[in-house]
Amino acid sequence: MSPAEADDGVLRAVGDGVLPAARNGVLPAARNGVLRAVGDDVPGAVGDGRGAGGDGLAETGDGSGPAAPGGGSLVEVTDLSVAFGDLRAVDGLSFRLERGAALGLVGESGSGKSTVASALLALHRGTGARVGGAVRVAGVDVQAASDDELRRLRGGKAAMVFQDPLSSLDPYHAVGDQIAEVYRVHTRASRRAARARAVEVLDRVGIPDAARRARSRPHEFSGGMRQRTLIAMALACRPDLLIADEPTTALDVTVQAQILDLLHTLREETGMGLLLVTHDVGVAAESVDEILVMRHGRAVEHGPVGTVLGAPRDTYTRELLGAVPRVDAPRVAEGDVGDETVLEAVGLRREFGTGKRRFAAVDDVSLTVRRGETLGVVGESGSGKTTLGRMLVGLLEPTAGTVRHEGREQTGVSPSVQMVFQDPVSSLNPRRSVGESIADPLRARGERDEGRIEGRVRELLERVGLDPDHYDRYPHEFSGGQRQRVGIARALAAEPRAIVCDEPVSALDVTTQAQVVALLGELQRELGLALVFVAHDLAVVRQVSDRVAVMRRGRIVEYGPVDEVYESPRDPYTEQLLAAVPALDPEVAARRRAARGEPATA
Amino acid sequence: MSALKGLSGSLAGFPGFALRRLVGAVVTLFAISVIIYLVFYVAPGDVAQITCGPRCSPAQVHQVAEQLRLDDPLYVRYWHFLQGVFVGQDYSTGTSVQHCGAPCLGVSYQSGQQVTQLIWAKLPVTFSLVLGAMVLWLILGVGTGVLSAWRRGRFTERALTAVTLAGTATPVFVIGLVLMIVVCGQLQLLPFPQYVPFTEDPEQWAWNLLLPWLSLALIESAKYARLTRSSMLETLAEDHVRTFRAYGVGERSIIGRHALRGAVAPVIALSANDFGSAIGGAVLSETLFGLPGLGRELVHAVTVVDLPVVVGMVLVTGFFVVLANAVADVLFAVADRRVVLS
Repeated sequence: MSPAEADDGVLRAVGDGVLPAARNGVLPAARNGVLRAVGDDVPGAVGDGRGAGGDGLAETGDGSGPAAPGGGSLVEVTDLSVAFGDLRAVDGLSFRLERGAALGLVGESGSGKSTVASALLALHRGTGARVGGAVRVAGVDVQAASDDELRRLRGGKAAMVFQDPLSSLDPYHAVGDQIAEVYRVHTRASRRAARARAVEVLDRVGIPDAARRARSRPHEFSGGMRQRTLIAMALACRPDLLIADEPTTALDVTVQAQILDLLHTLREETGMGLLLVTHDVGVAAESVDEILVMRHGRAVEHGPVGTVLGAPRDTYTRELLGAVPRVDAPRVAEGDVGDETVLEAVGLRREFGTGKRRFAAVDDVSLTVRRGETLGVVGESGSGKTTLGRMLVGLLEPTAGTVRHEGREQTGVSPSVQMVFQDPVSSLNPRRSVGESIADPLRARGERDEGRIEGRVRELLERVGLDPDHYDRYPHEFSGGQRQRVGIARALAAEPRAIVCDEPVSALDVTTQAQVVALLGELQRELGLALVFVAHDLAVVRQVSDRVAVMRRGRIVEYGPVDEVYESPRDPYTEQLLAAVPALDPEVAARRRAARGEPATA
Repeated sequence: MSALKGLSGSLAGFPGFALRRLVGAVVTLFAISVIIYLVFYVAPGDVAQITCGPRCSPAQVHQVAEQLRLDDPLYVRYWHFLQGVFVGQDYSTGTSVQHCGAPCLGVSYQSGQQVTQLIWAKLPVTFSLVLGAMVLWLILGVGTGVLSAWRRGRFTERALTAVTLAGTATPVFVIGLVLMIVVCGQLQLLPFPQYVPFTEDPEQWAWNLLLPWLSLALIESAKYARLTRSSMLETLAEDHVRTFRAYGVGERSIIGRHALRGAVAPVIALSANDFGSAIGGAVLSETLFGLPGLGRELVHAVTVVDLPVVVGMVLVTGFFVVLANAVADVLFAVADRRVVLS
């Protein structure tokens, strides 16, 4: 028994009660049942556990606030509305979360889901936002609570895990000290005891050599370790509720799976309730019992995760689910792949750094893309996929190897191979109209006739599904999806034979993502374009690609027809990647989790 | 232990950094000396006449010119200067020959004193002035900055902003003069500044320098107040501050532990820079307060075209500016471990 468990009343009580069964894999099917039972039918089992936990907290000196009544729900939100100026971010939302249960708030950007999370801790207080309705968390009336009561609630009874683990930790202080600080705020423990607690929770969330690493600063940690650190901070004061706001969005898929598994295990052990805010339906399916789909600040559907995802009643939910790319759906090939090779890379290598810090970001990569074909390049961060894409376009000079356009060796950029960038905001000049941006490649080719330029740009705007009269508008007047369409129009202006798309949809919501992907497919069929689709999202890559190259540490570890690679991966790394993709079916998700084992304690 | 380890990480590139800075400093100082020689070569005024004095006969002037080697071509004189710096030189005082050991910056035309000795004698005055002022401006500036970041949007902040803005906009001789007239003249709270060496009487040293310190600090602190305030506000808007708020950490700790920490690196980097330029730029304040430091000596040397003194002083102050810049970079890397020297 780890020291974390030894002094943790919550852990012991719950561990003895319900959870051995859960931990032994009875969970997949029974999990929802067990947890619902926790809340409704048998409050005794876990209720006692929480009681013990409450006493434990009282002993550490935090019991002075209004005591959490054993009976009520953990979270009760009634007719919540939050408005920033004229914008109603949340509009009449109500839901309950029982003790120990897990609810997923799912929605696209702007749906108000994160605002709800902040409202649970009254983080809007003093910011000028108008909050209406009632919010009770762990027995505290959040709206009416005094500042002191709020401080005790925050972190003590309900702890929040934020999205971006790099910016969410103070860069100047050691991670252990940051956790200790939070612990001391709530317990008045001695410095030494707080440090010990920090090491204990860091150890619990799977930071190796926690006693030593507690003295590291956040920048010395990987993204996954930082997220674990934030979760450790949340655990420090043994809260009743964990609010996780997009906890895995910035992480690679394998790391995401580890974090979700960790959250799952911790919840089993401590009996914490979980409110998970996410845009990713798959992440929700992996982690929660109930799902609440939000749109424009309102709930459109709310129910058990299996029901909502399996048989959605609301049209928007259906639309949302329809847009989610499936990693297990075979590719529906449309259009013809020609025989001629448009773009070819032979033995590409690119090194960065000097002296001892020299490393190869891309190492001996060869590939071909034919007319009308899409080659997916998939890999996690740091795999070299973006470097490869830039070399294919000629934006980066290879250290070794050659790029060939239609058989001819090519150095530097050329109109025949264009690029669509990841971030449609920063890849367009904010001070120039979109029409001017699209006209750039035309002018670069020597076109001087303003009339012809404008005519062609209007044609291109129309081609990518934008209003040609928007020629004079500026990028900030467009939505993310529209901006990406502008980026595509700009790439098309040069009349390329091939387009390299570097994460073209990763900044977009799923419904927008589906539209942009469809547009790329249409253009490809119409113009016979060869596409290189660089992405980290395995499902999107499967959806769009004819062939796929899986990259790891600068090398291609697997390369072949997309269905072959996804159905029967030969490389263990590909297998690992595919196993980490969240499944939309909660039962499948649970099976997979069991198969992955429990890396948190490994 | 691990703190040291982290430190050695961010200072891993230190040897290469120091070497590059050293080479850079030598090149800079070399260029400065060449430029000053050129400027004074083409500058109007008969150096021999000025050095000798208005009542000298043409024969005497000629003798002085010969003694000072003023008739040598420019490159020969510059060569002698370089020789002096690296191996030292001998010079005649008219009656005897003296040796000036390396690094010899030459001999004053006016007093016949070695420039290095002259600088050595004046340096403590300038250092006292700048160091004391810096301590004061850091206390005043950072304090004001913290206060206005804390009370952001309220009356305190607006008042402080107005005061610091006025401070930045006022030249040192205005503040200095007003303070002298009021504090020393009318109220007679402080003596009119007079330099008393620290080694002689520390109390009188501080008492006499308090007014110059205050005047300099009032002006410089405005810059620090704004820097501290903006760095802190920037930090307060960052995600990690939201994290600590969401964990119930009080505003006092957030300001003191987290927001202020973000301002430390830029503040110490700027103060190291300012220390260097204040040494070089002490001309105005020293002249104003009548302190016999490097700045006042430099002004005097320029008016009498005392080339060796001018070159020597400018090189020494230039050296401090370059050194302070390098120190600023190192301090920045120490204060913000994410920065790696390279």
